[in-house]
Amino acid sequence: MPLLWLILIVVAIAAVGYVLGRARALQSAGGDSRGLHSLPTFYGANVALKTAVPAFGLLIVWLLVQPIFVNSQISGMIPDTEVEEGSSRSLVMAEVRRTAYGLENAVAQGNITEDAASNANADIAEVTQSLKDAGQIVTSEITQPILLAAQSYRVMNSGGYSVMSIAVILIALAGAVFSWRQTQSEYRARNVVEQGVRVLLLAAASIAILTTVGIVLSLVFNTWEFFKLYPASDFFFGTTWSPSFSGRGGSSSLGVLPLLWGTLYISIVALLVAVPIGLFAAIYLSEYASPRVRSFAKPMLEVLAGIPTIVYGLFALLTVGPLLLEVFGDDGLGWMKAGTAVMTAGLVMGVMLIPFVSSLSDDIINAVPQAMRDGSYGLGANQSETIRQVVLPAALPGIVGAVLLAASRAIGETMIVVMGAGAAARLSLNPFEAMTTVTAKIVSQLTGDADFASPEALVAFALGMTLFILTLGLNVFALYIVRKYREQYE
Amino acid sequence: MNDMSRVERQVDTNKIKLECRDCQVYYGETHAIKDVNVDIEDKTVTAFIGPSGCGKSTFLRCLNRMNDTIDVARVKGSFKLDGEDIYDKRVDPVQLRAKVGMVFQKPNPFPKSIYDNVAYGPRIHGLARNKAELDEIVEKSLRRGAIWNEVKDRLDAPGTGLSGGQQQRLCIARAVATEPEVLLMDEPCSALDPIATAQVEELIDELRSRYSVVIVTHSMQQAARVSQKTAFFHLGNLVEFGETGQIFTNPEDPRTESYITGRIG
Ligand SMILES: Nc1ncnc2c1ncn2[C@@H]1O[C@H](COP(=O)(O)OP(=O)(O)OP(=O)(O)O)[C@@H](O)[C@H]1O
Ligand SMILES: [Mg+2]
Repeated sequence: MPLLWLILIVVAIAAVGYVLGRARALQSAGGDSRGLHSLPTFYGANVALKTAVPAFGLLIVWLLVQPIFVNSQISGMIPDTEVEEGSSRSLVMAEVRRTAYGLENAVAQGNITEDAASNANADIAEVTQSLKDAGQIVTSEITQPILLAAQSYRVMNSGGYSVMSIAVILIALAGAVFSWRQTQSEYRARNVVEQGVRVLLLAAASIAILTTVGIVLSLVFNTWEFFKLYPASDFFFGTTWSPSFSGRGGSSSLGVLPLLWGTLYISIVALLVAVPIGLFAAIYLSEYASPRVRSFAKPMLEVLAGIPTIVYGLFALLTVGPLLLEVFGDDGLGWMKAGTAVMTAGLVMGVMLIPFVSSLSDDIINAVPQAMRDGSYGLGANQSETIRQVVLPAALPGIVGAVLLAASRAIGETMIVVMGAGAAARLSLNPFEAMTTVTAKIVSQLTGDADFASPEALVAFALGMTLFILTLGLNVFALYIVRKYREQYE
Repeated sequence: MNDMSRVERQVDTNKIKLECRDCQVYYGETHAIKDVNVDIEDKTVTAFIGPSGCGKSTFLRCLNRMNDTIDVARVKGSFKLDGEDIYDKRVDPVQLRAKVGMVFQKPNPFPKSIYDNVAYGPRIHGLARNKAELDEIVEKSLRRGAIWNEVKDRLDAPGTGLSGGQQQRLCIARAVATEPEVLLMDEPCSALDPIATAQVEELIDELRSRYSVVIVTHSMQQAARVSQKTAFFHLGNLVEFGETGQIFTNPEDPRTESYITGRIG
């Protein structure tokens, strides 16, 4: 039975349960809802919850556990001789799964009969041919053990799913009947539903947190793998970055310093552009602009924030780079060799961050109470004095937060760097030279065809981890600043 | 009204500091102040009384053009400070507000230290030549605001960390620190205990020797105690304006009488 049907059936049972539960509650109070502990809808919801939640819970757990269980069973069936030299059991298992899905689809399309598909003595060549006819991908010739394994894989899976469907529906029915019988005027359905809502919210929160934890753990483990293959001190203190793509390890130098330097340099240039301009724009918009200008300029700035970064990358590559080259290149001051440079990427990234800084700061400045401004005007201060000495200090924690948020975006930005700053990892002070950042290198390390277990690929995780710690540190610092000023001023 | 007789009233000799004629204030469509004529005398305390929402704060804010900061507010009429129209194009509202200071209905200390709060005005207007002078101004102002003893050991603490009443006195100290010629006080004592109230009233009395003070208050006793002139507002109209003793003992308008005796409010 397809999953969708199963879900619909459970929902239907819950819906019927809702109506019946509500009716029974009303009936138990003699048709007068004032005689009930809770509103009638709560009794209905109680039944619906107790029907759907355990059923869906079982469904999810089953869907997670069954593949693991079946895999381990089938994996045990494959003889060691079948696992070739240089290959691994997991590769063979992938072959088995592929064959099983192939059979499934071929049966569905009618290229092969159900009997033939599950016949253990079927002719292998014939099966392979009909799979190919059905348009299924079959990599190598299917061997006898693989076919057998695939067949039992199919049997176990479909058997498992049938049992699952029955179990889920039974649980739903049991929940419905149980809670329907619970329903009488005294029963505190409202409190139960409240509990249910709480659990629901808790579940959402835990999914968010668990995913984060999962991502961080995977980063940590892979970084650990990397450091087993490559010395940590060379990674952290190495000043050259030159991964070799030819062989496996050995000749690569994977020092993170040039990348970190590139990241920081470009981010600093970007912030030097974005923070003053963004902040001044925000001050203009919130303090000086007439409502008409404001109603027109603010959405304009927000549109700027919606431009995809790849477009900014194009802008860097095609407009800003050549422009800078004209001024600072060999025809001009002679400081710049090519259009791709720290300056190009930094300037464009700065432009990208302006709306970010200005929009956040604008909201923060607007949130400063008018009474504060009145107090200053009432003492004979003019507008810029008021802004400098009263409004900005009051808004400072928020503005610092906005700037640090912009900084984390600058550090994490990839596309503009790839297109605007070049790909050369180098430690240099000249802002007109090409450099690259941590993010850009993560992309290039993983998009090559390096073996996934090699240090050249695993280094991506170490880089990711470094970046993560960097932005985390930045965020913690932002929080600290915000707290500190809060204490002082509230 | 026993205490009335104890207040010695010195009147009529003072010249007019602020002359307001045919004042109208609109908030969008709302007509908040209608045809108000008031003369604020020099070296005099003028009290504005009236039920809540009758326009006392609105009128007070006209006197130093604080209504300019409200987009929807429109002010009409003539306001003459020492004979010069304060709504004239050539008048800089910033300069004006240095002369006509204001204490607001709700305390609004800046997010700065207590010291910096008080030193704010003097710094902006360059009233102190050096740090010692500034220190002196700050101390004197805090003493006049009746808060010096409470804050003298923590001048560096944030002004926003004080209690509501302390914040209000800090705002009073901040306003007197700029030495305004006219001080507008919008319910300065509404958050204060009787002792602090008495101290603020003492301050008002002291300020009277040099400046003119306009005070909005909901306390009849306070109006009677501190003011020489009283204006009674009702629904945006100036109902009655005259000697405080006259208003409280022998009001002309029946509305004034019922408000004072507590029958409308
Ligand atoms: N910013 C504003 N926008 C629109 N209407 C306003 C504004 N400020 C005041 N008003 C209106 O103007 C009228 C007078 O308000 P005002 O604040 O002057 O009253 P008040 O006499 O000071 O009252 P209270 O004693 O409660 O302080 C009220 O009806 C009020 O609703
Ligand atoms: Mg008021």
